[in-house]
Amino acid sequence: MKFGDILLSALRGVTANKLRSILTMLGVLIGVGAVILLMAVGNGSAQRVNSLITSLGTNTLTIRANGQSSGSQEITLAVSKKLAAAGLGHVKLVVPEATTSLTVSSTSTSESDVSIIGTTPAYFSVSTATIASGASFTDAEDTAADKVAVIGSTLATELFPTGSALGQAITVDGDSFTVVGILATQTSTGFTDPNSEVIAPITRVQRSYTGFGALTELMAEAKTSGGVTAAEGELGVELNQLLGVSATTSSNTSSTGTATGAAGATGAGRAGRTRGAAASGATSASSLPYSITSASTLLSTAEASATSFTVLLAAVAAISLLVGGIGVTNVMLVTVTERTREIGIRKAVGATRGAILGQFLAEAAILTLLGGILGVIVAVFLSQFEIDGTQPVIIGYSIPLALGVSVAIGVFFGVYPAGRAARMRPIQALRSI
Amino acid sequence: MATSQAVTETGVLELRGIHQLYGTGDAQVHALRGIDLTVKAGDYLAIMGPSGSGKSTLMNLLGCLDVASSGTYVLAGSDVSEMDERQLAIVRNREIGFIFQSFNLVPRMTALQNAELPLAYGGVRYAERKRRAMEALEMVGLSHRADHRPQQLSGGQQQRVAIARALVTGPTLILADEPTGNLDSESTHEILAIFDQLAAQGRTIVIITHEDAVGDRAHRVVTISDGLITGDHLHADKNLEPVR
Repeated sequence: MKFGDILLSALRGVTANKLRSILTMLGVLIGVGAVILLMAVGNGSAQRVNSLITSLGTNTLTIRANGQSSGSQEITLAVSKKLAAAGLGHVKLVVPEATTSLTVSSTSTSESDVSIIGTTPAYFSVSTATIASGASFTDAEDTAADKVAVIGSTLATELFPTGSALGQAITVDGDSFTVVGILATQTSTGFTDPNSEVIAPITRVQRSYTGFGALTELMAEAKTSGGVTAAEGELGVELNQLLGVSATTSSNTSSTGTATGAAGATGAGRAGRTRGAAASGATSASSLPYSITSASTLLSTAEASATSFTVLLAAVAAISLLVGGIGVTNVMLVTVTERTREIGIRKAVGATRGAILGQFLAEAAILTLLGGILGVIVAVFLSQFEIDGTQPVIIGYSIPLALGVSVAIGVFFGVYPAGRAARMRPIQALRSI
Repeated sequence: MATSQAVTETGVLELRGIHQLYGTGDAQVHALRGIDLTVKAGDYLAIMGPSGSGKSTLMNLLGCLDVASSGTYVLAGSDVSEMDERQLAIVRNREIGFIFQSFNLVPRMTALQNAELPLAYGGVRYAERKRRAMEALEMVGLSHRADHRPQQLSGGQQQRVAIARALVTGPTLILADEPTGNLDSESTHEILAIFDQLAAQGRTIVIITHEDAVGDRAHRVVTISDGLITGDHLHADKNLEPVR
């Protein structure tokens, strides 16, 4: 019997009991649709996290003091300036940040717990903050410690609900600042609201509020996104020198993206201090007085967790696909029993076991393939909508994967009923009702 | 026109010492107890006997639907008793045309599709298949019902489709099991007329029946009782002319 004939008789079998075939396909449809859609949801949420992290700036590195100065120096404005002047090959900029939290008021109203960020004008090129109206304070104003400020968009409307905040005076803990610029609205990526902050020259912020000691953090920008890791290494080496950290404390274990590995290696060659360092080399990264994180390290962490999330969703969906497959077996068993007589007739006129097996396998494959195709259509349709705040993004390979698995399940689960049909003895099959 | 003279001549179908046993121990049934039978090309043979005589068992053996416990069965020159399942399927397809009491057409398939089913399993090409199936339907006078499904046809018409299906491969043996058992007298007459016509064309026909009316039309009647052949008569003087 030719392939076309087998397919035709299988199609005839599928259409013989339409309701039953449709219900069976529905099981496969749900399974395939769930696999594709849930993988798309996992993928979509991964992409959302990635884009949030990328919006931090993938070239940006953050150097933060750990707070425990083990005899070494603190990261001060002077250290920041030396680091910026060190001429590191992969580092474009180093920007100091001194942050505190204070009450800010206009003539009419006041806001408490507003973060005050003292920094240099270069901050606006390194961070994702952009100025919507007005301008940054200048380097001259920074040097002169002028009382000027750039404020977030939310803060601007809260303090000056009736008109533009630009050129107005705000009071920060008794000092009056002139608003020279207003930030564009940003999406929040952390615990603080970037739309409700005051950015002022670091010299002024240190003199008025934080003092001249340790900075909150340094931001650095790598020249290229590919050079982030190299920049990390360079910064680590330079900081170790500036802060007088022994290279022996810089071991190599870190998942948070500290500069230890590269710093230790290069530092060894350069300073020659590492003889005997190997003995105490197991010191953990936390013994460094600072840590360097970059968006790329955050990204890889986020990607890893997103992948396991997607796999988990797919596993749940795969179970429903399995249930659909068992439904196919069930229906095929009923079909074979119902059509015992037909099998007997076909055998009497010369159907071999192979021909009968092929017919019922093809029937199972058609059921699952049609169900699978419908599942793909439904999944693609549903992925157009946002699900629980996440826009699903269909993973290309999930479609052929789910379809292939569904047909494989159909054939796998069809083998038993089809084999039963093929093994029937013609006389017994003919004798049935 | 073949008429039987000597049963010992080599035929298209030869049974030698056929025994058939079913079950084991106390439940064992000895359905056939040593059958020797030769059917020659062009024979029109009726096998008659009461129910339980073993004629259905014999029919299953002749039709290669079952294999004998012992003895040899040679059909068209090849020993069927030695064949495996796959070879038996091929023999059923090429050498035997079945006609059953309950018609046994596949539902949901048209008369034409039913008639061409053996050709489909025989691997005949599509166009060729249609042509031959249509010819067979014409032979039984049903070409105008080719597109009808079994449930749209009367019993007599269904049996004629079944005959067309049996003829379509041009088999060595046409094997009918109580072909008129489910039919009224008018349809019975129609079907028997077709058998007479086929016999006149020189086809080899074996009909299993318990109806004398059917047995009388055959050229040779073999009676079977308790698994043994008890009589073998020629009706050479009767039905030589096809009955209209």
